Amino acid sequence: MQRWRPTACEEDTVKTRAFCCTIMYNSPCRKLTGLVGVSILQSLENAAQARLCSSNLVQLCRSSSSKWITFQHCNFLKRQYVTKTTEACQRAKPKQEALTAPLVERHPHLQDETVIRQVQQISAIDQHPSSVQSSKETLTQDTEGASSEEDPSTAQETRQWKEIKVMLGDLPGIYARLSKIRLTALVVMTASAGYAMAPVPFDPSCFLLASLGTGLASCAANSINQYFEVPFDSNMNRTKNRPLVRGQISPLHAVSFAAACAVPGITLLALTVNPLTGALGALNLFLYTCCYTPLKRLSITNTWVGAVVGAIPPVMGWTAATGSLDVGALLLGGILYSWQFPHFNALSWNLREDYSRGGYRMMSVTHPALCRRVALRHSLALIGLSVLAPALDVTSWTFPLISLPINLYISYLGYSFYRDADRSSARKLFFCSLWHLPMLLLLMLTCKKPRVDKEDKSVAHS
Amino acid sequence: MSRSGFGASLSRRLLQNRHGSRVLSHVGSLTAARPFCSESDPRSRGRTKQTLPGVSSFTPPANSSHDWVGPPDRLSNLRPIKYHIPEYERPLESRLRKLRQETEDWNHQFWTNQNISFSKEKEGFIYSCLKEKGLELRDEDGRKRTLSADEMAEFYKEFLNKNHQKHSVYNKEWYMRNFTITFLMGRVALLKAWRKLGWRQQDPKLK
Repeated sequence: MQRWRPTACEEDTVKTRAFCCTIMYNSPCRKLTGLVGVSILQSLENAAQARLCSSNLVQLCRSSSSKWITFQHCNFLKRQYVTKTTEACQRAKPKQEALTAPLVERHPHLQDETVIRQVQQISAIDQHPSSVQSSKETLTQDTEGASSEEDPSTAQETRQWKEIKVMLGDLPGIYARLSKIRLTALVVMTASAGYAMAPVPFDPSCFLLASLGTGLASCAANSINQYFEVPFDSNMNRTKNRPLVRGQISPLHAVSFAAACAVPGITLLALTVNPLTGALGALNLFLYTCCYTPLKRLSITNTWVGAVVGAIPPVMGWTAATGSLDVGALLLGGILYSWQFPHFNALSWNLREDYSRGGYRMMSVTHPALCRRVALRHSLALIGLSVLAPALDVTSWTFPLISLPINLYISYLGYSFYRDADRSSARKLFFCSLWHLPMLLLLMLTCKKPRVDKEDKSVAHS
Repeated sequence: MSRSGFGASLSRRLLQNRHGSRVLSHVGSLTAARPFCSESDPRSRGRTKQTLPGVSSFTPPANSSHDWVGPPDRLSNLRPIKYHIPEYERPLESRLRKLRQETEDWNHQFWTNQNISFSKEKEGFIYSCLKEKGLELRDEDGRKRTLSADEMAEFYKEFLNKNHQKHSVYNKEWYMRNFTITFLMGRVALLKAWRKLGWRQQDPKLK
């Protein structure tokens, strides 16, 4: 059965390397030998390296056989060089390191990196044939060791082929990106806030189990979301560095990870916390993966479904503590639901081009006025819900007062976004929403209605 | 309209070739042929047109037993994969590899078409808007004129709505292919595990 097709120059790679080195050694000092020769060689190299080495490189190209006359072949050679030198580790490393390392070994006092840079420039040519001419010009012009235009490691990495072999050391990073760890942390935070706000004695073990279960369910949901959206994520700048897009893991691996998170997560919630929380977790997982994700490409109602998905975790936290779906849980859910709109609508405003090209149906693209109206409406609703909190005995009356400044601020930004409808107002609103939510939950926690009051009341009534 | 006419004819031609060719040689100067190292399609063997030498000329080292993933394609933004063909490839493994390769080609065709139509229609829209205003494409300094976000939003909405049906069809097919590939990958993984287990059980017997 046929395997990889061997390249024409593969066998000559070793010869080329040796040839290259002998030219660089012999040309400046072919009459000198031994230790004396080596020291003089070093000083000669330091003195006249740029000219000699560049001319030697050109000489190499000219004097070699016919198959080495094009830059594409040099590129080819360099790739073979790279794969041969990285054979031992079975993994392709960034080209710059691989190329400089062998040369530096042979030229320990290679001060002037012009040669290396020139060879790198040859290898870094644009793929279009017409750019070969321009790269020749840059080769002659750029002899001073100017730094490359973009970050070299990123440029090299994106242009390089990589073996799809998962190293254990990479897995934590890959899983963190796959599970959108920061978003998961925010979700767990809202669930913890829901637990903490519940008017029951604080049980640390239950709290930890509920947080863990919610976190695992969130990891699973995010992984499945990325699994479904690989080609779409590839085409959007915001999401093109995700593990599945980069091919760091296979789709099966991602699904297995999701299953490995979902099953223990939901089971933990259902068995160790309570069945209601488990059911809510399972519902949320289903809503996110099977409703929200496909709906993103079919209808703008995805935003409302997504808001429900965001509202469920604090409800889960509350039910984990109390075991029942109280009014307080629904209020917390309502706050999160309203918060989603300024947050997401502002984010989506600056991604309209990507959404349009990628085929995502978002309000910001199809109904821009509605998008801004809804964001404003729900920013104002946050004020209303904050006032409702003490009315429902969730917090004291201090809460609406101390949360008024931040609520007014986000409403003001919502109004600016509604009025101006430009990039900067959208960005401001989005970034405000990121700190607004944790702050609001913290203030809520500090204003939580003390349970002592309730006990006194019940004693007084009896 | 010329903008949609070009896009429609382009999409027709590419969709016709969806299950067939892997080379987009007729899409115009903006595209480049994207050959794949695939033994599954005999028609592609002769087509090793290396207009993208950096991508297509890459051959993984002979001793590698894993797949290799490449940089994102210039047009489709999707990363090509060179699939490793083991020495004794089972029919199931072969079926999986061919399906993955075919899905990759199909995805590449769709997104190349999508991205090209988008940029062409965007240029056309900007040009026609500027023309209505009586402005040239470039200003006095020679810089390209751009429209405001509000004006571009009109184009984005129109483009999205125009491609709604195309995306619905693509989505369904993509979900089906994705599930099938994952299912086959699962079966292949189980098969390999079973084989390994089988050999381990045999070894003690031989001893």
